[in-house]
Amino acid sequence: MEEQYNMNIKDLKNDEKAVFSLRSLYKSYGYMRYKMKKFEEYDLYAGNKDFLVSDNVITFTDRDGKLMALKPDVTLSIIKNCKDEPHYLKKVYYNENVYRVSKGTNSFKELMQIGLECMGNVDEYTVFEVLMLAAKSLETISPDYVLDISHLGIISDIITYLDISSAAGKKVLRLLGEKNYHEISELLLAEGVSAEKTALLKALTTTYGEPSDVLPKLNSLMPHGKLSKSAVQLTNIVNLLDKNGFGDKIRIDFSVINNMNYYNGIVFNGFINGISESVLSGGQYDNLMKKMRKKSRAIGFAVYLDSLERLGGESGYDVDVFVLYNKKTESEKIINAVSELTQAGLNVTAGVAVPSKIKYKKLYEITEKGVVTVENNA
Amino acid sequence: MKTMLNVALPKGRLGEKVYAMFEQAGFECPEIKDGGRKLIFENPEKKVRYFWVKPSDVSIYVERGAADIGVAGKDILLEYSPDVYELLDLGIGKCHMAVAAKNGFRDNPQKTLRVATKFSAIAADYYSKIGRDIDIIHLNGSIELAPILGLSDVIVDIVETGKTLKENNLSVIEKIVPISARLIANKASFKFKGKQIEKITEYLSKITK
Repeated sequence: MEEQYNMNIKDLKNDEKAVFSLRSLYKSYGYMRYKMKKFEEYDLYAGNKDFLVSDNVITFTDRDGKLMALKPDVTLSIIKNCKDEPHYLKKVYYNENVYRVSKGTNSFKELMQIGLECMGNVDEYTVFEVLMLAAKSLETISPDYVLDISHLGIISDIITYLDISSAAGKKVLRLLGEKNYHEISELLLAEGVSAEKTALLKALTTTYGEPSDVLPKLNSLMPHGKLSKSAVQLTNIVNLLDKNGFGDKIRIDFSVINNMNYYNGIVFNGFINGISESVLSGGQYDNLMKKMRKKSRAIGFAVYLDSLERLGGESGYDVDVFVLYNKKTESEKIINAVSELTQAGLNVTAGVAVPSKIKYKKLYEITEKGVVTVENNA
Repeated sequence: MKTMLNVALPKGRLGEKVYAMFEQAGFECPEIKDGGRKLIFENPEKKVRYFWVKPSDVSIYVERGAADIGVAGKDILLEYSPDVYELLDLGIGKCHMAVAAKNGFRDNPQKTLRVATKFSAIAADYYSKIGRDIDIIHLNGSIELAPILGLSDVIVDIVETGKTLKENNLSVIEKIVPISARLIANKASFKFKGKQIEKITEYLSKITK
């Protein structure tokens, strides 16, 4: 039975494997599974369109005339449905399909998402735990990963200090996300910002890397040279992660900009070597909670499983063994041959002729004398 | 062991200038000059691999990670807004995105303005910012023909010297944004090949200054 189980794991696709391991990871840290309905009232999304990755939502009219939507996002539903208890901590994880427009094809896609949310009394330990679980989630998928961490408090302090129009502030944020210092400096020059303040932005754009490189430089990013509350929080959290063995996987990078209308505090993105986009994204979103009239604070992240498909090599074969037989072959012989091979852990297909498009490692044939190897491509 | 850095260069005159900059920065690849039908050129010693792609495709190769870095015009970056880092303004291929019309054109604000362009997103963004109602006519080339034949009132296009416009009795009526070649990088590649990308960026920035 044990053997059978291992064999099945081997045949799982990357995203399925990840779902299995991540669920048990989150469960072991006391997160409860949050199961939800497929549909949600459209109003929930209409009011928070900027929070969604894309603002296109599949809608339909329910039988009572209400406009409903297929969930494009899970976090909003969890916030809406969770009781607001600011003095306790509620920890949930989810594993749901969401429906979004994919950028390349401009058509709707069903995407599998797994993630977790902490709501209520979010303290330093909670932030650490969530970041640690983000790092462990990435590690589960591949040991070659990087977790980019930023603190929006630090960035918003600097933007405030620049004293520029809110339109220009938004532009600076976008350019910071692109690491585009050449255009930031042009913009600040046009806005009449002093050279000293512009230098601060340059430091913010070009300072990134491992904690041991960045943390000692943090005070050079502060408007008045003294570590702000946000900077202290970032330092503490990163040091905790470092002490627990994640130091070499962490990068402090202020180009991680999630929407400031919703997020505040620590924000992060996860990358896996071999996948061209981020596979994990999250942060602290007290602002969104306030917007939805909740007193609790909250932090969470989501793992995008669809991109894992691209990870790892392909075997290049449809089956390990194709077993040929002819019309006269007794069924019992076929059954024996196939079961012997499957028990050896191989994928087997048997037939009287090989379909034109099938790729096999080995071709066997059941003859009068027994099973013989006809072809070996392995 | 460092891995190869994949670099997408834009085909054409600009691309040759760009390669010359990479060469000057110390990332040469002699076989690229041999011509022939090869598509990919490598210098294993410098850990770089170059390939030529259509200029408007560079951002796609980089965004999807087939290339770690690449050089694309700001026009393409504005039009397609790929999710990439924009690390450097290379200061070459300088021109403007501009609105042009027949000489003596009068903009009648009571009518919807017909705009012919290859850059639909840039045109739509520009006119929505100034609150002008427009009708976009997307063309793939010979944009200058449109106002001459009455297909459109104005065009939104790249203007380098303005020579083509002049020869066809057209002139620039508004400059939208300056354009030049930018060094872009895939976000994930930046995490895993950061040191190599930073080195190239640093050397290139010394040349552009």
